[in-house]
Amino acid sequence: MAFTPQAVQRYTLAVLSHLALVLAWYLFVRLGEVPKFVMPSPYETLHALLVPNYRWLENVAVTSAEIFGGYVLAVLFGIGAALLFSWFRPLEMAVMPLLVSLNMIPKVALGPLIIVWFKYGIGPNALMAFAICFFPIVLTTARGLREVEPDLIDLVRTLKGSRWQVFTKIQLPGALPYIFSGMKVAAILAVAGAIVGEFLGSDRGLGYLMLQVQVTLDTAAMFMAVILITLIGMILYALVLVLERMLVVRDARLA
Amino acid sequence: MDEPFIHLAGVRKVYRTRGQDVLAISEATFDVAAGELVSLVGPSGCGKTTLLKILAGLHSHSGEMTIGSRTQPFDPSRDIGMVFQQPLLLKWRRVIDNVLLPAEILGLSIAQSRARARDLLALVGLKGSEDKYPYELSGGMQQRAAIARALIHDPKLILMDEPFGALDALTREKMNLELLRIWEEAKKTIVFVTHGISEAVFLGTRVIVLTAGPARMADNFRVELDYPRTLDSKTSERFGEYNKRIYRLLMSEDR
Repeated sequence: MAFTPQAVQRYTLAVLSHLALVLAWYLFVRLGEVPKFVMPSPYETLHALLVPNYRWLENVAVTSAEIFGGYVLAVLFGIGAALLFSWFRPLEMAVMPLLVSLNMIPKVALGPLIIVWFKYGIGPNALMAFAICFFPIVLTTARGLREVEPDLIDLVRTLKGSRWQVFTKIQLPGALPYIFSGMKVAAILAVAGAIVGEFLGSDRGLGYLMLQVQVTLDTAAMFMAVILITLIGMILYALVLVLERMLVVRDARLA
Repeated sequence: MDEPFIHLAGVRKVYRTRGQDVLAISEATFDVAAGELVSLVGPSGCGKTTLLKILAGLHSHSGEMTIGSRTQPFDPSRDIGMVFQQPLLLKWRRVIDNVLLPAEILGLSIAQSRARARDLLALVGLKGSEDKYPYELSGGMQQRAAIARALIHDPKLILMDEPFGALDALTREKMNLELLRIWEEAKKTIVFVTHGISEAVFLGTRVIVLTAGPARMADNFRVELDYPRTLDSKTSERFGEYNKRIYRLLMSEDR
């Protein structure tokens, strides 16, 4: 990929706006003489990383496992379910309305139940992430698989092509932009799902850590935890974008 | 014309929608010789697209229809090429891979077809655009690629459903001339559906006029204008008379 002057300008401005936010944060705390337990400075926030008790590495690993685990499962099951729906229409007509109803359940409300059924830990929290990001993926994938030009199907039919050929050559590649748009929405939701799961019940992870340091009013550690959670989400989102770039032609991408 | 390539006698099509019978085609009877370019002209809703789909084997019908002759045997699974109003190129495929789609579906040798696709793209005036994506082409160029796609498996019959209807007037004029050139070089039988009266006369060796409500065949005549036709053909007296003949038919019913 060539770096055109426009691209360089765009990236430079993006980096600068992020740095400007950190600077504004610093100035606000400094000049406003805000106490540390209300809002720590950027430096104090970074400093929280040095507290060995907080076991940052382990907590980051646990939360990442929950987010990525739940997300990957949701992608696999979501796309799989949508494929089954497109192959067996009666199944879609029976199950899709049910999924729409089930999706109306606030997934957060399932938290206490999940704990009753599965105890707490990485698995149940991944399940929470899964529950929250499964539906957008099914929905957009199913929609993408439905969007096939009838004339193109006629074209294949005049050549006595098979349903499998319609699927592999037209339907699935045509649905990819939709699949990715669902995966992008789900990437953001997966992070929220895992953290909510940790808030409701856990003994490890960044969400758990936040509840612990809340008691001691170590706001700097809470800031750090939020930043790390955000970074994990950004990495997941970036991976999805890279995959999309590899698989979907520019013009076909959806926002 | 001893043995026609296409023979229709009393072809009739009735749709059933919401318990009501709708007559799409009341009675179509005509012959087409091999190598002819026949225009089917009529207002929207006159059943011309339905007739085209019957020819393509996509719709059931009553009445008699045979395609092919002893000298020109016809295999319905590989002797039809289709061009629609929209180019319907697959966005994620390069132009040449779009042209190859029918060859892939028919399981033809891709190496040989690729060489043929290059020749066809040169024939339709797209030399040098083989590796571009559809979004990099104008509407007219996309439709040229769609014509090349219809020719890739060397079919005997090309069915075109208002292929230039979505193009601007000037591009449309150019494409008419291009189509005549391609037709003369490729030596195919073409059935060309249009609602453009002068387009029908300018292109066709024969014009079949369909009127709407009740849908019926109103006229079928040979166009006695020499090929190669040029823009001068359009200013000839005879061209005007043919146009008037069709106008009268289509205007008289529209009260």
